[in-house]
Amino acid sequence: MIQFVKNLNGKALLTAFAVTFLMLILIFLGSRNLQNFDAALITYLFGTIFAVFGITYRYTVWLQRPPTWMYFKRGFQIFLKGKIFSHLWFVSKQAVLNIGFQKFVYPRGKFRWLAHFFIAFGCVTAFAITIPLTFGWVHFVFAPGSFEIYEAHFFGFKVIEFNLGSITAFMTFHALNWSSYLVILGSLYYLRRRLTQPGVIATQNFESDLLPLILLIIISVTGLGLTYSYQFMKGFAFDFLAVTHAISVIIFLIWIPFGKFFHIIQRPAQIGALIYKKEGEEMGKAVCPHTGKEFDTKLHIDDLKIVTKELGFNFEKADGSSYLDLSPEGKRSTLAKAHLDARLKDGNLFG
Amino acid sequence: MSSDNLYNPSQEFFVDMQRCIGCRACELACAECETNGQESMIHVNYVDRAHTIQTTVQVCMHCDDPVCAIVCPADAISKDEYGIVHSANTERCIGCSNCVQACPFGVPKKEESYDLMMKCNMCYDRTSIGKKPMCATVCPSGALYFGTREEITEMRPRSTPVNSFIFGEETVSTKVFIMMPKGSKELKVF
Ligand code: HEM
Ligand code: SF4
Ligand code: SF4
Repeated sequence: MIQFVKNLNGKALLTAFAVTFLMLILIFLGSRNLQNFDAALITYLFGTIFAVFGITYRYTVWLQRPPTWMYFKRGFQIFLKGKIFSHLWFVSKQAVLNIGFQKFVYPRGKFRWLAHFFIAFGCVTAFAITIPLTFGWVHFVFAPGSFEIYEAHFFGFKVIEFNLGSITAFMTFHALNWSSYLVILGSLYYLRRRLTQPGVIATQNFESDLLPLILLIIISVTGLGLTYSYQFMKGFAFDFLAVTHAISVIIFLIWIPFGKFFHIIQRPAQIGALIYKKEGEEMGKAVCPHTGKEFDTKLHIDDLKIVTKELGFNFEKADGSSYLDLSPEGKRSTLAKAHLDARLKDGNLFG
Repeated sequence: MSSDNLYNPSQEFFVDMQRCIGCRACELACAECETNGQESMIHVNYVDRAHTIQTTVQVCMHCDDPVCAIVCPADAISKDEYGIVHSANTERCIGCSNCVQACPFGVPKKEESYDLMMKCNMCYDRTSIGKKPMCATVCPSGALYFGTREEITEMRPRSTPVNSFIFGEETVSTKVFIMMPKGSKELKVF
């Protein structure tokens, strides 16, 4: 226990408390002092609060690793230096393409992309609906003096109104069902892939690769089940479905910081890496002393020299020259030449 | 489960780049590996094209303390209980190329269109069930050999397997061996 407490990361703990506290304040304000808060969703609220704490903690610990910190720091330095609007445009465009649409998954496989897009889109829309509801930020009321017109309120302010029985009403009240179908389809595709492709089978394991997919399917199926149970089956198994749904969602939330789902939080770093590369190219290229060709940005190689040293690797000679100045091909050739020299010195080319 | 369906630690990888004849059979074999889906991960390149036709071959050396994994900002590379250093986790890797430039053996490849790093994982689909890696089964010249210590000692009586490499101030030790003149302890590369 004492060891556990000692191993906690102070900075991360502080950040996590601060962010959680901020969130509690926003919940209080957004729900108009809990007036609009839906008590039926209290278990989800606790799940979300724990998840936010865990995610912030893990994220802050992660940022402190030297290579991550280097990218994080450089990303902001580059972003804030000079042409800020052009950077804003670049970052927004890349975020829509790579985070919103995950376009880089497409070349890995058309269906792989589609399935993932279904999962991500389904989950993001589901979060967008359920989180504000859980926090009491969004709630629905009848318009004053009417039992036909419904109003949606956000932070206590009216945003839209619509007729019960209208298309908007249908889409709004069933949005979570659409999300569920998307998540189920996407997850089934990935599950099939993981159960049939020999290469994936060899490298996966149950808890970190199959369980997340199974969990997503359980969440979506029980969620759909809730609707169908009260609409078509007179509430058949409703309690069972409600409990299973709540438990699986809470496991999902609390698992975000530790497992596969952490990538949802971590992926935006990709945009940092993209702008780092783009701006680095303008600042000059590194040329390999062996091949004589450009192979990366000079910024990257220089930063990597710092990062490797911070991590306890020293690829420099006493005269200050660094092995990291060689390109990957240059490194392979240098090794082969050293090997040849050793063989020649021995007098036998082949041992 | 019978034990010949498991990773067999008595079989090891021995590389001798001086024997590489540049036939690139290993490249084709590598692309057959199920874990990298038609992409070849092995490197065959000319050492110094202007002066010699010598080629060299490079597989991942599966370092004991893998620089690639330690410099990864996304924790995408992991080493397992057999000492195999795995290719990047597909949902974590952000394609930054830290590993590509930091690996002292020039192994990881960045697949630009996937925004993903991919590398040799010693044909994990095969070695994890006791089979040999694809490249080592096709190499005609013995530059790549996968087998037991006894076998290689008998085949190469004048050589010693070495797995310690010097790069500047750094000494890197690896799971994969290279064949050096008898009695050698290490290879000073830089
Ligand atoms: C928001 C909810 C999201 C969920 C629930 C989710 C879930 C998943 C799951 C379960 C997998 C594993 C599939 C498998 O191999 O079995 C996966 C893979 C992946 N995810 Fe997400 N994801 C989400 C959002 C995102 C976002 C916003 C990105 C941003 C780029 C992203 C990038 C990736 C990538 C690159 C992979 C690997 C895909 C492949 O190579 O096939 N994900 N995701
Ligand atoms: S040889 Fe390179 S890619 Fe392989 S484990 Fe070592 S550092 Fe990583
Ligand atoms: S390219 Fe991918 S695996 Fe390599 S260091 Fe960057 S994030 Fe890690």
